[in-house]
Amino acid sequence: MDWLLLLLVSLMLGCAIAVFLLDNFLAALAAYSVVSLVLSLLFAFLRAPDVAMTEVVVGAALGSLFFALTIRRLGLGQTGDES
Amino acid sequence: MRRLSSLLFLAGLVTLIIAIFQPLPVGTATPAVGTAINHAAPEQVGAANLVTAVVLAYRGFDTLLELTILFTAAMAAGWVLDKPRNEARPDPDAGFILLAASDLLFPLLLILGLYVILHGHLTPGGGFQGGVVLALAFFLPLLARPGRRIDHQLFSLVEGLAGAAFIGIGLAAMLNGQAFLAPLFGTGELGALFSAGSLPLLYIAVGLKVGSELAGLLAHLAETEAVG
Repeated sequence: MDWLLLLLVSLMLGCAIAVFLLDNFLAALAAYSVVSLVLSLLFAFLRAPDVAMTEVVVGAALGSLFFALTIRRLGLGQTGDES
Repeated sequence: MRRLSSLLFLAGLVTLIIAIFQPLPVGTATPAVGTAINHAAPEQVGAANLVTAVVLAYRGFDTLLELTILFTAAMAAGWVLDKPRNEARPDPDAGFILLAASDLLFPLLLILGLYVILHGHLTPGGGFQGGVVLALAFFLPLLARPGRRIDHQLFSLVEGLAGAAFIGIGLAAMLNGQAFLAPLFGTGELGALFSAGSLPLLYIAVGLKVGSELAGLLAHLAETEAVG
């Protein structure tokens, strides 16, 4: 159990650092949502299913969607072939 | 260079947090309030999910203020965002994967959201989580077909009625001679779908309000002109 938690926490830390090292905004957003997903897993392991549910719905889904729409609105998405 | 400085800043922040939390007795505190609520809530409130008992019965006023904060934030975002330009050509429909997935997932998300809201007093989850799931369910078809417009007035109407219903249930408790937002209708059988008095009704109101509010906000954000 402990090694699994350690693995998850290091994954979360790696993604959190990747958020501000990545140049592409969409890639940084993906890393951010991985942080939220892993955090919700940790909450579930810590027997807080309510908080885990809130985290996965608000942090991973809604938060990422808001950021994605904001990136599109500001024209910062470098998706390559499409404008 | 900037990255290096931000990494250094982050390292300093982590050191500071460790230094602050080192002397705190983490994990050894005796949760007096939590233990008391764990013992008293099944009889007093009748909700199998103790988190719901705290959120709606013991801290119902906090939940009302939380809804107010969300409402204010959504309203402010609506003011800041531009009006959608009608003459601008909408984006073309999304690809096959998103179109098929939105058709497939819309009913499933709808059922999941309603289930989470209706079983908020029994299983983990509740009005806030289910409401966000509902909002995402209604936003997904809009993501697949950007040309479609949603009926903002309908969403505003649902939101207003749900908010009024929450306050109305609270006032009904006052008419009954109890405190504002006190649970009504007795506790019922612990673990049954129709139990915990007026808590499920409150959570339905919360779920509809959060769902319509966030769906309207997401649609508003998506409808404004994309730059570049």
